[in-house]
Amino acid sequence: MRFYIRKLATFLSTVLLVSVITFLVFQILPGDPAEIVLGVDADPHQLVELRKTMGLERPAAERYASWVTDTVTGDFGTSLRYQRPVADIVAERLPVTLSLSVMSVGLTLLIGLPLGIYIARKDGQLSSMLLSVFTQLGLAVPSFWLGFILILVFSVTFKLFPTYGYVPWSEDPVGAFKSMFLPSLALAIPGIAVVIRYLRNTLLDQFRMDYVRTARSKGLREKSIMYRHILRNSLIPVLTIVGLLIADTLGGSIVVENVFALPGLGNLLITSIGTRDLPLLQTLVLYIAIIVVLINFVVDILYKVIDPRIRLKR
Amino acid sequence: MANTLLAIDELDVAFTIGGKQYPALRQLSFEVREKERVGIVGESGCGKSLTSLSVMGLLPESAAITRGQISLAGKTLSAGLREEWHSTRGRQVAMIFQDPMTALNPLMPVGKQIAEMALTHLAVTRKEAKQMALEMMAKVGLSRIEQLYGEYPHRLSGGMMQRMMIAMALICQPKLLIADEPTTALDVTIQAQILALLREMNRSTGTAMLFISHDLGVIREVCERVIVMYAGFIVEDAPVQDILENPKHPYTAALLQALPSVEKRGQALYTIPGRVPPLTERGGGCPFAGRCPRAFGICHTITPELDTGMDGHRVRCHLYVEGRLCG
Amino acid sequence: MRWNQLVRNKPFMIGGCLLVLLLGLMVTSLFYTPYGPNDMNTAMRLAPPQASHWFGTDNFGRDIFSRIMEGSQTSFVIGTASVAIGLVIGLLIGAIAGYWGGWMDEMLMRIIDAMLAFPGILLAIMLVSVFGPGFGNTIVALGIMSIPAFARIARSGFIQYKEFAFVKAAKARGASSLRIISRHILPNMASPLIVASTMRFSGSILAEAGLSYLGLGVQPPDPSWGRMLSEAQPFIINAPWYVFITGAVITAMVLGFNLLGDGIRDGFDKKR
Repeated sequence: MRFYIRKLATFLSTVLLVSVITFLVFQILPGDPAEIVLGVDADPHQLVELRKTMGLERPAAERYASWVTDTVTGDFGTSLRYQRPVADIVAERLPVTLSLSVMSVGLTLLIGLPLGIYIARKDGQLSSMLLSVFTQLGLAVPSFWLGFILILVFSVTFKLFPTYGYVPWSEDPVGAFKSMFLPSLALAIPGIAVVIRYLRNTLLDQFRMDYVRTARSKGLREKSIMYRHILRNSLIPVLTIVGLLIADTLGGSIVVENVFALPGLGNLLITSIGTRDLPLLQTLVLYIAIIVVLINFVVDILYKVIDPRIRLKR
Repeated sequence: MANTLLAIDELDVAFTIGGKQYPALRQLSFEVREKERVGIVGESGCGKSLTSLSVMGLLPESAAITRGQISLAGKTLSAGLREEWHSTRGRQVAMIFQDPMTALNPLMPVGKQIAEMALTHLAVTRKEAKQMALEMMAKVGLSRIEQLYGEYPHRLSGGMMQRMMIAMALICQPKLLIADEPTTALDVTIQAQILALLREMNRSTGTAMLFISHDLGVIREVCERVIVMYAGFIVEDAPVQDILENPKHPYTAALLQALPSVEKRGQALYTIPGRVPPLTERGGGCPFAGRCPRAFGICHTITPELDTGMDGHRVRCHLYVEGRLCG
Repeated sequence: MRWNQLVRNKPFMIGGCLLVLLLGLMVTSLFYTPYGPNDMNTAMRLAPPQASHWFGTDNFGRDIFSRIMEGSQTSFVIGTASVAIGLVIGLLIGAIAGYWGGWMDEMLMRIIDAMLAFPGILLAIMLVSVFGPGFGNTIVALGIMSIPAFARIARSGFIQYKEFAFVKAAKARGASSLRIISRHILPNMASPLIVASTMRFSGSILAEAGLSYLGLGVQPPDPSWGRMLSEAQPFIINAPWYVFITGAVITAMVLGFNLLGDGIRDGFDKKR
């Protein structure tokens, strides 16, 4: 129980710090946030007006406190550009980014896990060479460029998928899947490279463990050794990677959404920078960061569920 | 006399490293009879563990049997046939290892790991397997078995874990139990308990034992017969009492001399000078010649044969002809 | 680690060759490019690769090869500078956390953890959105992005080494903290730091490409591979080579640094 309480405390304190960093970057570092919104050569009267609407005349600590209280109570502020509650805008865009992330992580695991297991079991020279070429390339390629190449191959040449744009799932599930497939794949490929490489190394390490020798000496078949014994022991390191992967996917989607013109959070983020929509920007950043911290929290809890040995240590 | 259970005949095992073959076991021949407790002793690097792994069909990938054969209860164990191994390992021959702390899967409750053995080889339901596991745990002297069944390995002590390993190894009533340094990683007091348990299990279940140790003192506690190995060769093979009272091979004599005992209290313990030649540095001649205080000319050029004396006491040394000291 | 050992290491050699090639291009571009990177030739718009234009031309008829050459300067400078910033600040934070420990360690590491909650290039985007895009701000943003990686390595290195006998012995002799750190601890941490530097270099190049593609990184007239990609995107159907070549060059540089890092790590691992 102490484990969970401690982890919850870590989660909450990290969230708090994340909010402080976000506030610092957007409210303190620029000096005058109103100037950021209106530009350096803004009309002084407008500046004064805006400072008043943004509540900038109050001290920073007070502003931070009220921002946090508002956020906690569900008031995410109002977008300057859209003149609508930020929460509503985010709610509209969230499904896009969410389905992009889920599909991309899904593709990563669906392709990466079996390939990693396969390559670890058939550890030959040719396969390990092909693997290292693939993983090295996968790690080096900018995912948005990969998006271009996928468009070129699958949309332009083979006309299998739309070039860009978004179809909501509620209108046309097949069309939605198609519109999401290429961006998800572009995001997934570096992750697939990581998963394969990592899983293979982990499994090969596990093969050498004493408990595997014991399992063999019991007369178990290789298959049941793999699935009943080794895989579970490999889950912890792989889980770490999956946690990082989800965060990476969220980060990568900022760029990839713009390549494929998908109206998600990443796209909204870049638009809000262009329109200097500070309240929207600030909330979006906090929102994404909290999702990442939440994922880390869940991963920490899952460790404990999988491995009873895990205790508090740091 | 009891029937032969395990027969190893002229076995050669070699490692292939960088395309070159290095023999690690040479002309290995010995038998274990039903219900017999046989020890294999020697310093590390002598091929004791490799012998046991050959019997289990668990040689590392870089090693292979190059000559000879192993048969168990009259059936030849062939390295090629996977299916055969699965019904042999665990069912006919079971094994316990040096470090019980790492030998069990850390993420599976120990009881389940014992039951898994029964489920694999016997036509039993899960429930029956669990019942068998619990009975076996009681037999090896564990208490609070219901509770222990669901524990994970990291919560148990080394001695408890080795008892678990023994319970697991014996649950299918194998004909042969191979114990590879089963007490080396344990405290001295626990060591004695585990040795007593192994003797007791041999008596009550009739499982023959191949007991591997670098410590002649431990072997003396458990075994009836002992095989002394050096650099991949059997150098001596005789009943334990015989070896203790009348060691023939200079290496055996040296091992005995290095053994602490009551009479030697207060004296500096003898150590054998030099080391076992590594795989890559083994040539012709007697393997022990380089460290042998009694080596003479021929020892460095010709490998002696394993010579059987009238009483069945086998020794591989130029000093002996038909079991008698000459020269 | 021996030099001849590294020469036999395949990743190190491939990575090294790629980087020498790119570095050669960069140095050459300081004195010479086949065409002026900004010279427009309206008669030669979107020309495919050919003898006079190895990588073809863009929509203004500018020579892509010359622009790639010039863009390599940006990548090398941004990579080096951001890694340097990340290394210095990260080392400092890690050293304080690891060497002094206690509540200081706890607090600093929490901050580092919190920084890692801004995934991918989000941290850089935040800073650039406040300070504005441009060459210098990109460097600072990417440098700050690199801090956590170095801080963590430095921290674990300090924790590990300060327990070692030779460090304790130095302490017992009465050597000052600064001296222990610079003479005993830092040299022992060189290998993970070098490896991390190459990896962060690739990270910075990828992040710069992403930022500049989004229009938040390097601004004209400064050349940038990432911005070239965004300029190339509309012509993906008519001039696929433009997109392809530009991205391939970025990949090659990232690959070069990754392989170099892998090779160095292999070399250090074998030594142990």
